[in-house]
Amino acid sequence: MKKKKRIFSIVYIAVCFLFFYVPILVTMVFSFNESKSLTHFTGFSMRWYEQLVNDSEIMSAVYVSVSIAVLATVISTILGTLTAIGLSKQRRILKESILNVNNLPIMNPDIVTAIGLMILFSSMHITKGYITMLMAHVIFCTPYVITSVYPKVRKLDDSLANAAMDLGATPFQTLVKVIIPCIKPGIYAGILLAFTMSFDDFVISYFVTGNGVQNISIIVYNMTKRTNPTINALSTIVILVILIALVLGNVIPAVVTRRKKKKLSRLEVQQNTAE
Amino acid sequence: MKHFKSLVRPYILWSFLLIVIPLVLIVLYSVTTGGNSLVNIQFTFDNFKKIAEPIYLQVFARSFKLGIITTGICLVVGYLLAYQITRFSEKVQGLLILAVTVPMWINTLLRTYAWISLLSDNGIINSILTAIGLDPVTMMYTDFSVIIGLVCDLLPFMVIPIHTSLAKMDKSLIEASYDLGAHKWQTFWKVIFKMSIPGVINGITMVFLLAISTFVIPKLLGGGQYVLIGNLIEEQFVSVGDWNFGSAISLILAVVILIMIRVTKKMEKMEGGSEQ
Repeated sequence: MKKKKRIFSIVYIAVCFLFFYVPILVTMVFSFNESKSLTHFTGFSMRWYEQLVNDSEIMSAVYVSVSIAVLATVISTILGTLTAIGLSKQRRILKESILNVNNLPIMNPDIVTAIGLMILFSSMHITKGYITMLMAHVIFCTPYVITSVYPKVRKLDDSLANAAMDLGATPFQTLVKVIIPCIKPGIYAGILLAFTMSFDDFVISYFVTGNGVQNISIIVYNMTKRTNPTINALSTIVILVILIALVLGNVIPAVVTRRKKKKLSRLEVQQNTAE
Repeated sequence: MKHFKSLVRPYILWSFLLIVIPLVLIVLYSVTTGGNSLVNIQFTFDNFKKIAEPIYLQVFARSFKLGIITTGICLVVGYLLAYQITRFSEKVQGLLILAVTVPMWINTLLRTYAWISLLSDNGIINSILTAIGLDPVTMMYTDFSVIIGLVCDLLPFMVIPIHTSLAKMDKSLIEASYDLGAHKWQTFWKVIFKMSIPGVINGITMVFLLAISTFVIPKLLGGGQYVLIGNLIEEQFVSVGDWNFGSAISLILAVVILIMIRVTKKMEKMEGGSEQ
């Protein structure tokens, strides 16, 4: 009876994962297809990867996506972290209203945020392009950084910062050496969220860009009518990079903590023998 | 800590300029005519009256219908998935949940693009069907393809909150329920499901809100004729050029969604309160 249940669980989970992963696998397999067909695998070749590297339009979209994601993550992490640190000691009304405004881009549908910015940029006669796209990404990434850092700041013990200052640290030293190390987990979570939100974004980028500046999402959107295996090659590269990053992100911390534990136990043994 | 109070100042300015003002502009555009020239604006409610026309009401109805269907499928499939995942040891659960989230990290557009080659008339599914002697089926540019795309994209948003609340549940409650003579279904409905309601509410709101405001998936998998609220807004801004009408639709969408979020937050609080 129990075995049967277990088998059902495994089968059901497997079917769900098939649903998630079959499209991804198909993309990866057919990116190595020799012919243009997306249904019949005729032979292995790297021709779509060659085309991808030589396609200046797609390569510049990759550059735009990656550079905007990196810049938006850096800017929004700094802005969001500083705001979260300053937030905890504000008067209640100010704090609540900042947090409420901050929640707006998270709760509003992307398309509403997008057209709001589109109207703003055109009514101020700002030419839309790379800079407007970057600004828009910082706008929707920062709230995620604040929501992941702020709870850590609230848990922070005030006396730590006060002690540092009493002992002669400047406010800047206190910030860098005391406060930021304490809220590190929140900052990491914020960085991760900001980067993925930015890299994945289509809707907001689509409305605030111009002058032919396109990111990966926009190029795929404009290409859907023709089946184009170079997009499969691009997907495969993106998927592999993300998988490697995830594996590194999950495996390295595990290895590090294991090493630390080993070191600790070794220390204990040494102490015991010394006694 | 008081020394750092002034650190919020840049963000106050930034968020006022780039979060508050754009929303004010949407409201302003929705009650005026004359598009982009702010010199000769005239106040009007025509933009909202226009939404009441049958063609546009249909778009709203269709979006809500599709949102409800998608949410329903995600709830059934996602609940069962989250429930099955909780049966494994904690380590395995962590890995399985990671596997659920991995697709979310990959660009949505690229994932949706992959479905096209699976679902199209001469796509992979149809060539498998003909190979085993069945008739090919038209799947692309129908409700079916749009729903498949939406479910695939949004299912993780249902699975994760439900799994979180199921994993938090005290397992001894289930044993207690059996010991007190409840059978399987009673235990499920009255104990397990009840305890997971906060996760369910969270999942339903997330999936539904994302589903009714989407415009990429219907466009890619539903074709140009497939118009939902999102596509209607896009049309007004990109091809038609009626920004005032587009703003009015967006305003209604935003208000509906913000109200729904408020209501679910209240519901969650009530659930949390009744537990204690």
